[in-house]
Amino acid sequence: MSYRNDPYDPKQVALLDPAALAEAVADATKAFEAAADPDALTALRSVHLGDRSPVSLARREIGALPPAAKSDAGKRVNEARRAIETAYADRAEVVEREQAERVLVEERVDVTLPYARRPRGARHPLSTLMESISDLFVGMGYEVAEGPEVDLEWVNFDALNIPADHPARGLMDTFHIAPEGSGLVLRTHTSTVQTRTMLSRKPPIYVIVPGRVYRTDEIDATHSPVFHQAEGLVVDKGITMAHLRGTLDHFARAMFGPEAKTRWRPHYFPFTEPSAEFDVWFPEHRDGPQWVEWGGCGMVNPRVLRACGVDPEVYSGFAFGMGIDRTLMVRHGVSDIRHLFEGDVRFSRALGAGA
Amino acid sequence: MRVSVSWLREYVDLPADLPTGDLEQALVNLGIEVESAVDLAATVTGQLVVGEVREIEELTGFKKPIRFCRVDVGDANGTGEPQEIVCGARNFAVGDRVVVILPGGVLPGGFAIGARKTYGHNSAGMICSAKELGLGDDHSGIIVLGSDVTAKPGDDARPVVGLDDVVLELEITPDRGYALSLRGLARELSHAFDVPLRDPALAPAPGGTQTPAYPVEVRDPVGCDRFTARLVRGVDPSAPTPSWMQQRLVTAGIRSISLPVDITNYVMLELGQPMHAFDADRIVGSLVVRRAEAGEKLTTLDGVTRVLTADDMVICDAGLDNAVGGEGGGVPISLAAVMGGETSEVVDGTTTVLFEAAHWDPAMVGRTARRHKLFSEAAKRWERGVDPAVALVALERAVGLLTEHGGGTPSAEVLDIDHVRPRTPITLPADLPTRRVGVEYPPARVVALLERVGCTVAQGADRLSEDPGAVGVASGAGAALSVTPPTWRPDLTDPADLVEEVVRLDGYDKVPSVLPTAPPGRGLTPRQRRRRAVAGSLAERGYVEVLAHPFVSPELADQLGLPADDPRRPAVRLANPLSEEEPLLRTTLLGPLLGILKRNLGRGHRDLALYEIGAVFHPRPGAGSPPAMGVDRRPTDAEFAAADAVVPAQPVHVAVVLTGDVDPAGWWGAGRPAGWADAIEAARDVLAAAGIPDERVEVRAASTPRGTPAVAPSCGSTARSSGTPVSCTRRWWRRWSCPAAPARWSWTSTRCRRPRWRPRRRSPASRRR
Repeated sequence: MSYRNDPYDPKQVALLDPAALAEAVADATKAFEAAADPDALTALRSVHLGDRSPVSLARREIGALPPAAKSDAGKRVNEARRAIETAYADRAEVVEREQAERVLVEERVDVTLPYARRPRGARHPLSTLMESISDLFVGMGYEVAEGPEVDLEWVNFDALNIPADHPARGLMDTFHIAPEGSGLVLRTHTSTVQTRTMLSRKPPIYVIVPGRVYRTDEIDATHSPVFHQAEGLVVDKGITMAHLRGTLDHFARAMFGPEAKTRWRPHYFPFTEPSAEFDVWFPEHRDGPQWVEWGGCGMVNPRVLRACGVDPEVYSGFAFGMGIDRTLMVRHGVSDIRHLFEGDVRFSRALGAGA
Repeated sequence: MRVSVSWLREYVDLPADLPTGDLEQALVNLGIEVESAVDLAATVTGQLVVGEVREIEELTGFKKPIRFCRVDVGDANGTGEPQEIVCGARNFAVGDRVVVILPGGVLPGGFAIGARKTYGHNSAGMICSAKELGLGDDHSGIIVLGSDVTAKPGDDARPVVGLDDVVLELEITPDRGYALSLRGLARELSHAFDVPLRDPALAPAPGGTQTPAYPVEVRDPVGCDRFTARLVRGVDPSAPTPSWMQQRLVTAGIRSISLPVDITNYVMLELGQPMHAFDADRIVGSLVVRRAEAGEKLTTLDGVTRVLTADDMVICDAGLDNAVGGEGGGVPISLAAVMGGETSEVVDGTTTVLFEAAHWDPAMVGRTARRHKLFSEAAKRWERGVDPAVALVALERAVGLLTEHGGGTPSAEVLDIDHVRPRTPITLPADLPTRRVGVEYPPARVVALLERVGCTVAQGADRLSEDPGAVGVASGAGAALSVTPPTWRPDLTDPADLVEEVVRLDGYDKVPSVLPTAPPGRGLTPRQRRRRAVAGSLAERGYVEVLAHPFVSPELADQLGLPADDPRRPAVRLANPLSEEEPLLRTTLLGPLLGILKRNLGRGHRDLALYEIGAVFHPRPGAGSPPAMGVDRRPTDAEFAAADAVVPAQPVHVAVVLTGDVDPAGWWGAGRPAGWADAIEAARDVLAAAGIPDERVEVRAASTPRGTPAVAPSCGSTARSSGTPVSCTRRWWRRWSCPAAPARWSWTSTRCRRPRWRPRRRSPASRRR
């Protein structure tokens, strides 16, 4: 606090009177008590403790006193000031506490109010699942291969050892592209990318192919003309069925948990020989632990290798394919494949992040 | 293929009390899918007993004649008194033995039987028909047991009527024609249980005679490499098919027609040899087997007149005049291997039956069946491969069955025109199974397994001991086996096929699990990473990803208001669309995406922001057909490039649509409707996520044809990507009957727990206010 050494003024010196100081203290204390909230109290501080407050003015008058009286007067003024400050601090604590309590009551909010100011977006669960399958195999050193959805019949069938008159070709329920003789189909399996990959690069080949495929199935709870597969292809020296099993076991555990395992059933696919269908043991199945049909696999038929320019005397390979839609449905207890393609935003929102 | 276990047991000694589950598992392990295994004994519960009809009281005055019967069921009803039953059938008499289900029993279909008052009498139980027991379609009357049945009243009737059996429904893969027969299935099961097989194809059969049973000329030995036939004269035309044979046919899903026809079907099921029975008296001249002339006509057994092509094989009656078909080519009377013709089929009065068992070119039969959409049981077997060596045995079996049940005298002459070429052996390196499978198979084991499926294995390039059981041949690159597959396995053509037989019989479960080590990979390509970034960024900004079907209608281009010369108008067309209304593949994601938007609106959603990333299809104008390419070698780069040039361009697009509020209304205040700027923002977000910096993005107005989007700014970067976010006029939107508008911001939370989809009814979505 600063003050000027004002010229002597007998009227002002009267402030140093003990009674006057006591009155100042009483006034201040009374005023503080009347303050209802911290803002009002703060406003009173300058009145009773500021430069123009009685105690401050009294302090200024000390200089006008004779030296013998200064000490006594100074002590009085300081005591009075301390008393006011104490009163202020005491009151401040009270009003702040009162205000805090009042705020808790007055500004109470219902945090459970529905809050959707920024609706969440979502990936489609099939996209998420295809990416996690890709990531799993990329982590094993595979690359993600892709191919066109409308492809050559030669790529979809002939090169995969499915000749024109073979019954297996009839089983595929193929969408053909007009006009007749276009030589084009909507691919019936992601195995087309086997053909294209072997045509475009040299072994060793380790690729995973997630993608969309088409069959002329009418839509019902378990069929859709559009669905998704993931195809794995490995062509290298010394590849055996044991490698195929090891890969599928690893894949199954990644998709269905550490308890998962695979079981093979002999089957027929023109593009693999030997061939098998494989089931996976899924302990968390909605209807209790059970074997779930998962996909087909086998050793790449040497005829396929030959048609794609890979020497079957030097290289062998395995291939496997499984339905991504089915994997999603089994893992998440989706009973109707139509949910996947209807586009109801609730479906993507419910499963898009966890698939 | 549906077959009963009791029939299988006639050819293979399956363990006596084999649990059905074990049998199923064995079949599955052999590569035969079991669609269902029905234990017939369990389909009828409660007391199903033999009863003897004691008294019949005819009840009159009802809409139809009704009988009130007293039936002796022995002690089965606990009293020994005759059971009183009201019955609507009339095909029985006093003294007949019938099948009675007593109160408390349940028939197939959950039909519970009780005691009740009907037609003025108490009826306790029911006298059953074959249909009611699930044994066939015969509901013309109740089952009356034959005099050969020894069961007494009160005995369990299940074994008597064949309800003690297990019926298997099997799915046979297209490579295993032989497994479409009892013979083939029994062989497979003999492998699984290591029990003896009684191969019905080993039955003695007379060979072809000098004089043919019937004059036949085979003009195309490629389409038909074997033709055998034999006559049976003096057959009793009224002889019925024995009930056991009918039963087996019905189980297999084949309708009983007449004794000779039923016998051909029965032999087909037993031996896998499709056959045909002609009425020899209805054939005028000799038979000619030839290709049809294009345009020739034939009315098949199903009454359909079919126009033939030059690829179809036909059996012709040379006694009939024909303008086409060559010198003495005759008139077609049977579409070979697929279906017989009307004019020569066995009819009610047939007494002279000509059985034919031939061998046809599988590819030809497949083409004919597809061309005429005739997927008969015979065609199914031909396509998958029939044993060319079994024809004479089948003929003998058919003749035997006919003379046994229909009388008549078989001709001494047997016709056999045989052009079947012997199979060439396959050279199999003895260590190939080991190298391909990863299981150590000693050469002796390989030989033993291949011999088990019927192969003849001889030493190949290297020496193999005379006795495979004591083989001392070292496995190694040098040792080779010369393997001749059996006649019934046309699917075994390559060494890889033999490898499969080895691992299949040895057991797929023995293959160990070894993870191969891939060489270091390069991870995702930049393109793949970019696509993920775009997808992720849109989801983070509140857009919901959907996957639409790409099938669209030809009207869509107009609905979208595309200009006449718009590059999105020409579309790839499907030859066989699921819906004739949607034969095209999308050229823009927008159409299908708007369809999904509409569906969501219909379900009560109001504020929507959707996106899709996917391929669109642009035809190559004037591309023509791809050049033919073989499969015996890799096509050259030039050949494949020429073919690939025909494949439509299929770029991956991203599209968003928005409607309703971008910032929804709520207790915090009013919402903000989506606007054109939100669409542009979405486009900017996509470009930014794809790594295109903002300063390289220019937004400018595009020309707007009348009646199409009012605002159409195009976001272009330096030629690497461009798109057209559009906000739409009300009029345009009305065509989609949607409220209008476009985008906004949000964030996605990540969930670690695996969410579970709970099926919801298609009820309106709940909306929070």
